[in-house]
Amino acid sequence: MTRAKPEDDDWNSSKIHAFTFDDDDDEFTKLKESKRAVSSILVDDDDDDDDDDDDDVEKVSWSGEPVGSISWSVKETASSIRSGGEHGFPKINTAPSLPKQGSGYSLSSLFKASTRVYAPELRKPKSECKDYFSDWSPEETVKRMRKGKVYSLERFRSLQDKLLLLDEAVSAHDGNVITAVLIYLKKSLSKEIFFQELMVREIALRHYVHYLKEMEEQKTLVELMKLPFSQDDAIHVQDHYTLLERQIIIEATDKKGEAEIFKKFPRKASILNMPIITTLYYSCFYHYGESEGTFSSPANIRSTFRISEKQYILTALGARAKLKSWFDVDSLFNTKNWLGYTKKRSPIGFHRVVDILQKNNAPVQVLKDYVSLIDDAELKLSLAQKYKCHDIVIEMYRDLKDRQQLIVYQGKVERGSHEDRKIDQLLGNMQIRWKN
Amino acid sequence: MCLRDAPGLPDFSLLKRLARDQLIYLLEQLPGKKDLFIDADLMSPLDRIANVTTLKQHEVDKLYKVELKPVVSVSDQLCFLIRPRIQTVKWIADVVKSDKAVGRFRRYKIIFTPQKFYACETVLEEQGVYGDVTSDEWEFYLLPLDDDIISLELPEFFRDNFLEGDQRWVTTAGSALRLLHFLFGPFSKVYGIGRCAKVKQVEDGEKKAQNPDIGNVFLIDRDVDFVTPLCSQVVYEGLVDDIFRIKCGSVEFGPDVTSTDKSLKVMLNSQDKVHVGETQRKKEIWWEKQRKKKRCGMDIKQMKAFVAEELKGLKQEHRLLSLHIGACESIMKKKTKQDFQELLKTEHSLLEGFEIRECITYIEEHINRQVSMIESLRLLCLLSLTENGESYGIEHLLSFANLRQIGLLVEQQPGETLTVMESKVGKLVNDKTAGKLTDAFSSLAKKSNFRALSKRLMLIPKTGEEYDLRVPRDMAYIFSGAYIPLSCKLIEQVLERDGWTGFEEVTRMLNGHEFAVTERGEQASEGRSVLMNELLSSVNTNITFPLAKGCKFIVLTTAITNSSRLLESLLDNQG
Repeated sequence: MTRAKPEDDDWNSSKIHAFTFDDDDDEFTKLKESKRAVSSILVDDDDDDDDDDDDDVEKVSWSGEPVGSISWSVKETASSIRSGGEHGFPKINTAPSLPKQGSGYSLSSLFKASTRVYAPELRKPKSECKDYFSDWSPEETVKRMRKGKVYSLERFRSLQDKLLLLDEAVSAHDGNVITAVLIYLKKSLSKEIFFQELMVREIALRHYVHYLKEMEEQKTLVELMKLPFSQDDAIHVQDHYTLLERQIIIEATDKKGEAEIFKKFPRKASILNMPIITTLYYSCFYHYGESEGTFSSPANIRSTFRISEKQYILTALGARAKLKSWFDVDSLFNTKNWLGYTKKRSPIGFHRVVDILQKNNAPVQVLKDYVSLIDDAELKLSLAQKYKCHDIVIEMYRDLKDRQQLIVYQGKVERGSHEDRKIDQLLGNMQIRWKN
Repeated sequence: MCLRDAPGLPDFSLLKRLARDQLIYLLEQLPGKKDLFIDADLMSPLDRIANVTTLKQHEVDKLYKVELKPVVSVSDQLCFLIRPRIQTVKWIADVVKSDKAVGRFRRYKIIFTPQKFYACETVLEEQGVYGDVTSDEWEFYLLPLDDDIISLELPEFFRDNFLEGDQRWVTTAGSALRLLHFLFGPFSKVYGIGRCAKVKQVEDGEKKAQNPDIGNVFLIDRDVDFVTPLCSQVVYEGLVDDIFRIKCGSVEFGPDVTSTDKSLKVMLNSQDKVHVGETQRKKEIWWEKQRKKKRCGMDIKQMKAFVAEELKGLKQEHRLLSLHIGACESIMKKKTKQDFQELLKTEHSLLEGFEIRECITYIEEHINRQVSMIESLRLLCLLSLTENGESYGIEHLLSFANLRQIGLLVEQQPGETLTVMESKVGKLVNDKTAGKLTDAFSSLAKKSNFRALSKRLMLIPKTGEEYDLRVPRDMAYIFSGAYIPLSCKLIEQVLERDGWTGFEEVTRMLNGHEFAVTERGEQASEGRSVLMNELLSSVNTNITFPLAKGCKFIVLTTAITNSSRLLESLLDNQG
């Protein structure tokens, strides 16, 4: 039986092209055709020699794992236990396969060649070792540790020696050894001194922090972080607990959902374990205007978690905009300047404010107030056009003395509308010195 | 993927045999019947080394997965095959202690792989069980996943090293390299870039006087090129990985793919690959012909022969084929054409630095639609890296609403250093997720220079003529012609120049730590090379080799990854 010969006609004439998603919908249908073709062949064949599969498509059990694999037998064991009995381990009827040693590398040659000790741990008699310990310098010790040889750290008693040891470990770039030395220092130094030295050794510090995390020694971690060098982890941990505390309190009351607003906008999820920003948003949404004294008020959250003005305004803006409280939005930006006049000011660009408002379907009336506050002229113009704040566009073109653009824009506004008339007025105004 | 006249690959099955031999030796150190507990991460690799039969032959009775709960085993001897994690060791200590508490006597053996850490021993000591267990190291470093890919299967390398700053695995990687050097070397030239790579370069030790199978070595740290793994994969294997998760060279297809009610595990490597497109069509057509031929004009003898031999082989291929077709359908359903095209378009624009505002809008919508947090995050990272962290509209994108959706905040100020950003962010956010992510960015401790690098190295091929994916002229075919992976391009260039000379501005943009060492003054040998990625190659995608060199490439990596795994490892709260 021969395979298809290349000179066959339909072989060559078929369209073979690389699979890309740029193809049109034919791809799907082509796949379906392929599938049909393939499965139709199956119908013709006799399907009774399932047992002769090779390794490529492995025989599977009900759980989908290939029979004879580790995961399969783990599942089998687990299920046999669950089914109450401890039957013998399921038998697998395959011929035993001994590993072939045709490699030319015998075990022993490999063991000898390597500097590592392969054999299981042996306990050397103490007497044999004692004589050598005192001779081992930090360099020697670290070298021995890296190779898994016997070592002793106890001889490093003076602080100076300990630090030399630590620095040596760090320069060896071996995390395993660094951590081992740190464990020793932790045991043999007071916390204050140990931490002090860590503060000035960044790599060692990172290893220690990682070790503490793995050992789940949160308390020590927090203590370490209270030190006067900023580590965001510390802040995170502290804040995390405080936040959680607050959330529990808020959750307890809000869960009942008695206030009007909860009925109108039912909560989608509990506030527990939400990030700060989410919590702030929640508070701005459901508890806006509450006094700073209450845990649930935005003001309280803001001060407790030292939220920046920018972030606060962003969040509050989003929440109030969602509720369409344009008045609240407005007061977010009101500040009194030194003369006592109210002025609008925003730590985030007003273009952003506009964007957020627009996303919350603010009416043009509201939008235009903020568009007009945008500093950048170009941006202001483009956003005004985008959101159809006609008055602003008109005024800007007037200020730019750009008659052409004004005419063009007139085409965009509704005939006979207020804007239309306004443009007419301007165009007719003789006093304006148009530039074009 | 590689060239005419390239020499054959060395036989890496040797590595498997060595590993198996050593494991057996260790198991025999605890004679008699024993139950074996295996770390979940080790189950797949172990499967490729020694199957259940082998284990049973060495008196392993029952197999259990390591789960942090009380054991139900009744055996008198317990053996634990684990990665050196403190959490696992603590659990073992608990097992021993609870046995002691009820007066039960057993023998316990811990096999750490690839090595034991001192911190683990300390835990045993502190828990008072040090004297009750024996512990060994199974130095299983290298798992061949394919003819030319070897993995250390240490996905934790990335997080531990780059995020936590813990160098525990550096020596491990060094030992792996040394083993390769010993078995297949000696290496005549070593090039590299990256902090980790530099450390490793110092490690190379013993030499063996023999004809080397592997001549040149190139070590490269993952953080030299973060952009590549963040890009969407469009190669078939990449897509399969993205959707189904390839684990240790094999993938599990669920019932929706197999069209039965069973799942199926399939090995994916050069021997079994069934490529979508050409190969498939060819096979399909060939099938048709076979079928037709079968129907007419075969005599009994021929039929018998056909059934016995051809059909068996065909059946297998047929099964594989239908599986892959099923997988394709699944992929296509999940990545609906419209969405995927837009996604790719956005990515390509980001890589090119083109139409950034549109990209930002797209990303924002993506976040709002809450399609997938990881995807959104991936795009944000890509944006941030390609735009060198500038706030070109990023502020706009990172509005509270979006962040609320994702649940994290990464704010960037133009021109500010990352440490300042960190402290600001630290005050704002307190979700562990966000904290970790900013940690990740800050631990890079450098600004990305992607845009400049891209220009200098010409990573974006000129669009002019149609890019023919079937006859690719450069490595960009991996990303459908849009982008040549940075790390691959680097390697190509350095190998061509035989060093870093003339490349100073590039190395500066990559933050230095480059080196090139020639051992024993040998000339570059028959052109075999080893690539070592400190941590990960995206499946198939990064394993793209410079087309122009007459040599074979072998990839040695700490683990195979993709964008999802990368980000998840940063976000996960590892115990």
